[in-house]
Amino acid sequence: MNALSVKDLHVKINESHILHGVTFEVPTNKVTALLGRNGVGKSTTLRTIMGFYEGSGSVELNGNQILGKQTHKIVQAGVAFVPEDREVFASLTVKENLSLAARGKNNDAAYKAIYDLFPELDTRAAQQAGSLSGGQQQMVAIARALLNKNEILLVDEPTKGLAPKLVTEVADVLAEVAKTTTMLLVEQNLALVKRVAQHVIVMDQGRVVYQGGPENLHNDAWVHQMLGVSGGHK
Amino acid sequence: MDTFILIGITGIGLGALYFLVASGLSLIYGLMGVLNFAHGSFLTVGAFVGYWLATKLGPETSMTDFIFAMIVGGLAAGAFALLMEQLLITRLYERHIDQALVTVGVSLVVGAVLAGWFGNDLRMFPTPLWFLTAINVGGAMIPADRVVYIATAVLLLIGNWILLKYTRIGLVIRAGVENRNMVNALGINVRRAFSTVFFLGGFAAGVGGVLVSVYSNGVSPLIAGSYLIYGFIVVVIGGMGSVPGSFLAAMMIGVIRQFANYYVTGLGDFVVVILLAGVLLIRPQGLLGKVRA
Repeated sequence: MNALSVKDLHVKINESHILHGVTFEVPTNKVTALLGRNGVGKSTTLRTIMGFYEGSGSVELNGNQILGKQTHKIVQAGVAFVPEDREVFASLTVKENLSLAARGKNNDAAYKAIYDLFPELDTRAAQQAGSLSGGQQQMVAIARALLNKNEILLVDEPTKGLAPKLVTEVADVLAEVAKTTTMLLVEQNLALVKRVAQHVIVMDQGRVVYQGGPENLHNDAWVHQMLGVSGGHK
Repeated sequence: MDTFILIGITGIGLGALYFLVASGLSLIYGLMGVLNFAHGSFLTVGAFVGYWLATKLGPETSMTDFIFAMIVGGLAAGAFALLMEQLLITRLYERHIDQALVTVGVSLVVGAVLAGWFGNDLRMFPTPLWFLTAINVGGAMIPADRVVYIATAVLLLIGNWILLKYTRIGLVIRAGVENRNMVNALGINVRRAFSTVFFLGGFAAGVGGVLVSVYSNGVSPLIAGSYLIYGFIVVVIGGMGSVPGSFLAAMMIGVIRQFANYYVTGLGDFVVVILLAGVLLIRPQGLLGKVRA
């Protein structure tokens, strides 16, 4: 059973053809890693699923077409998004960032679960999000996405720009979240991907060039050929 | 000293009028990126509806009548703003040149319709007799109507603050000013906040229209012109999307303009333009504005 099914997705931005018939599936209750070199269209794929960009083709969430819908309706249908660069509301407090995201009428249990996962957010609830460290902002961004019951979580480069210690913290959180959530993860950090992903998609030049299990991530030659990096270093 | 007080307080009164025009303009641009040249027509609609009601309420206008006319003028302008947003602006989001053309068109149509109906001559706005009195502040005799302008602007600022700080829609508006795509990505239809902001902006401009009519000794389809220009200057100096920034900038401009006009007759506008240039050079996002995500 697939939570998300993307078929023949084409996207043009300012006359540039970015995605050329992208096709892949995200299995339910698994973490799928979307990999590839910089600029191959990974973030564009996520942003098109979210409705930020127009595209042609098909994007189905549990069998229902969501391509072409407005972003807020896609989210209400069950797609949560943790964007690259976090995009927390800097002038709002941590609590305001979270309450903005909470859609249910009684969110006490959801807040408790979030504060169990990120105790620091509870103690910093009244602090402006813009004054948090990069790692803390990433926690706010992930917490916002987890406050509601979602069908799938799209996470775009959650460890980008973070110090190594914070990368480990975020990786621990994602590993915890991955136990209960379907996730499509764009990530350059192969150690994190190896730890959490059960399914791998590789893109190159706006196309999917590999779809399958994560076992090839342990093959340095394959990693070097597909991703242009050394498996041991990334 | 009494001259200093007089110029200072009348400057604050003038700043209050600028703030009433600019607060809605600031939120509309800050949240939606809509450059709304029709904002002056909200002011004119509010002024004419307030005028019409005040003339119907009796030969002698009481303070209650005046406040009622001012609120109804504000509501009418808010409703007009909402109507314009729903009929025209919703089709033009992200199309900035089209927005400018359409909103200029709306302002021309509103001006022409009102001129055809009422003519361009100033019509005396009925006011309570108390407005013609003066209040002694530190030896300076301050025209009483200035107190009404200042009180209205302060009430509007407090109302805005309560709405933005303590309500869900206010939270959405504050977040939307910062990053409206991310608000959508949290499952919130940010366009509902757009409509609220258009109504509130129209309301403030409509209330401002009534007070500008009193300040200008009458209502006419032409009253909005210079106030709209000053409204844009206030928004740029205060910072797009910042209501407190608009308040601060409006007060600064009102006071500086009055002092400049008193000490160097006729140089008030020039000094304001120099202030605008200085802010743009030193702090392009405005006094309390934020760099957008």
